[in-house]
Amino acid sequence: MELDPVLLSRIQFAFVVSFHIIFPSFTIGLAAWLATIEGMSMATGNPVYRRVFDFWLKVFALSFAMGVVSGIVMAFQFGTNWSALSERTGSIQGPLLGYEAFTAFLLEASFFGIMLLGRDRIPPWFYFFSCCMVALGTMLSSYWILCNNSWMQVPLGHTIVDGKLIPDDWKTILLGPVQRIRWPHMLFGAFLTTSMCVAATGAWHRLRGTAWEESRVMLDWGLGLAAVLIPAQILFGHLAGDIVHKYQPAKFAAIEARWHDEQPAAEVLVGWPDETAGRNLYAISIPRLGSFIATGTWDSKEVGVDSFPAQDRPPVLIPFWTFRIMVGMALVMLAISWGGVILRALGRLEDERWFLWLTFLSFPTGFVAVLAGWFTAEVGRQPWVVYGLLRTKDAVTPSLSTPMVLASLAGYILVYSLIYAFGVVYFYRLMRDGLTRKTPPAAGYGLDTEPVQ
Amino acid sequence: MSPAAPSDLALFWAGAIAFSIIVYVVLDGFDLGVGMLFGATRDPELRDEMMGSISPYWDGNETWLIVVGASLFAAFPAVYAIFLPAFYFPVLLLMFGLMFRGVAFEFRGRGGPSSLWSAGFWIGSGLVAFVQGAAVGAMILGIPVKDNQYAGGAFEWLRPLPVLCGIGLMFGYGLLGAGWLILKSPTRLRDWAYQRAPFLAGGMAATLFLATIVTLVQAEGVVARLADRPWAALFALAGALSIFGALRGVKARRDGQPFAFTILFFLSAFGFLAAAFWPYMIPYSVTVASAAAPESSLSFLFWGAGLVALPVVLIYSVVVHAVFWGKLRIKGH
Repeated sequence: MELDPVLLSRIQFAFVVSFHIIFPSFTIGLAAWLATIEGMSMATGNPVYRRVFDFWLKVFALSFAMGVVSGIVMAFQFGTNWSALSERTGSIQGPLLGYEAFTAFLLEASFFGIMLLGRDRIPPWFYFFSCCMVALGTMLSSYWILCNNSWMQVPLGHTIVDGKLIPDDWKTILLGPVQRIRWPHMLFGAFLTTSMCVAATGAWHRLRGTAWEESRVMLDWGLGLAAVLIPAQILFGHLAGDIVHKYQPAKFAAIEARWHDEQPAAEVLVGWPDETAGRNLYAISIPRLGSFIATGTWDSKEVGVDSFPAQDRPPVLIPFWTFRIMVGMALVMLAISWGGVILRALGRLEDERWFLWLTFLSFPTGFVAVLAGWFTAEVGRQPWVVYGLLRTKDAVTPSLSTPMVLASLAGYILVYSLIYAFGVVYFYRLMRDGLTRKTPPAAGYGLDTEPVQ
Repeated sequence: MSPAAPSDLALFWAGAIAFSIIVYVVLDGFDLGVGMLFGATRDPELRDEMMGSISPYWDGNETWLIVVGASLFAAFPAVYAIFLPAFYFPVLLLMFGLMFRGVAFEFRGRGGPSSLWSAGFWIGSGLVAFVQGAAVGAMILGIPVKDNQYAGGAFEWLRPLPVLCGIGLMFGYGLLGAGWLILKSPTRLRDWAYQRAPFLAGGMAATLFLATIVTLVQAEGVVARLADRPWAALFALAGALSIFGALRGVKARRDGQPFAFTILFFLSAFGFLAAAFWPYMIPYSVTVASAAAPESSLSFLFWGAGLVALPVVLIYSVVVHAVFWGKLRIKGH
């Protein structure tokens, strides 16, 4: 692979979207978490819930701001670097992404402001309602993104006129069989990401001996929610795999590092796919398991990568490994969350410091799983940008030159490193001190926020 | 696509986008202007008050840019696909400018290198203003298009006319920002802004004068088009009178007048450009009718985004400004 505008634009997109997805997947879960904890606060009247809420609200505000900042960049990437894609599929992708922007705004415009500033000005039930609406809004935002991406993965409901893909059946685009599986898969991923962060924060404060009561609430809720969510997520992950098996057989073969047709098919648990030789090095395989995972029978025939024309084959190494990383993270979450619930039932959760350490260290599992899952989906879709219809190399902006994209990519890396490095520091301080110390509001600037009457 | 007249829905979305652009220019214009003026003083009290004067508004104001971008992609994908590649680096700088501005509000109060975030704030503001003006200048000269894609170089926005327009818009936003501070500030910041307004208005008028001369020499196309539409001169006249109105307001120390007349100036300038460009969305090749998405997309958008989201965005903007109406209230005063 040479450094041409296509490859550089792909790297740039992967870079900016990877930074971006961290924040939405966190905030979708946080919004639901805040609504839950505000509901508990109302139902029980226990003030600890209010303290936990106020702490996570600060985290939510910072995370939301970072998500908006990195999201604006995404809104323009399709045009600057993928203008051929935008021109040919814009009448489908444009409205979907447009609705996402409008949804995000409607949320920010109305109920998010109330959540941040309106606690003392409205009745409690309306505050709780606002929290629920913000949670709903973030989920809806992700719905549009997943609609758009599901259509790129498995294009349905369109016709082709003059080489352009135009919408024919919006109902299929909006509620098609692929979207019905992939959207919940993303939502569960977001919920799990936040659950693990909540549990890890609880474990951290417990280990440091700060915020005793609050850390208990976070540990119980974080681990408990994760314990419930992870089986559901594994189910939807399996269903998403069925979609890939049915609609994107080349991607499925790449994820499995299955180079040749096999019957019955073995499952490569781990190994090192050698793309040039078309085989796996150091592979550990289990016979017949590949057939079972793909179809539920022990003897089905499964296609291999070399059954597809060379120009239609996806890369193997990245999807193979990112998929295994995702599944590995799911198993870690399963072990931690169920282990935590069992220890709690035995009454020993807070005494087992090694387990609190494990819980604390597992805070990034959700983020890693979300990123790895998206890399599997997007790299596995190659060499197509719209599967089977438009190749990635034909989607790039024709006026781009290699130096142009090198310059913009270097710029993004520089600016993001600076901003996100400090973002991480501020997040860390907030997580560390947010429960124990009153942190001043950031944007006051010595001004009264009260409106002048 | 037929070269026929645009459909009703295409006209609705063209109108909605034009409206969103002018609202964006006025709203983000004043807070970008305040951002640049922030760099013109080192007095921490003035600086804090400047940031405070725009902190409830700036993100709502920038939302209008998202509305423009999202609507353009959704309703006129052909324009989106030409415009953004034509301004590859300006868009990049716009992103960086907006990012540094945005994080300045979040990061400045949290310790760490606050002078870095302050510098990012005013430099970012200036950068955003400049590239927006440069884009207008490049559009006046015309955007080369081949096979529905941009066919020009990476730096066409750095020719003399776009650069002049970029500088002109920096002055223009600066004047809007000064007008805003005059309107909102109850303290010595108001006098500070009054003192700078004539310089900003003069700078804007001078760059516009130079830009007009360059346009007459370099852009025969637009001159010929305007000769066919002599009524466009009314917009130019209204613009010139608005600058006088703003300056008179400064002289008489009438707090609302400079801001109001600067807005009027921007409306006139927008009308003048619309008169010069219509019916082209990408001058001078892609029209509203030829760029419009199919009716199925336009109507899908209309029922949700057009009838619900756009009005809500509008109502939100009105409510925010109504809630914080009048002079700022400073803590301890």
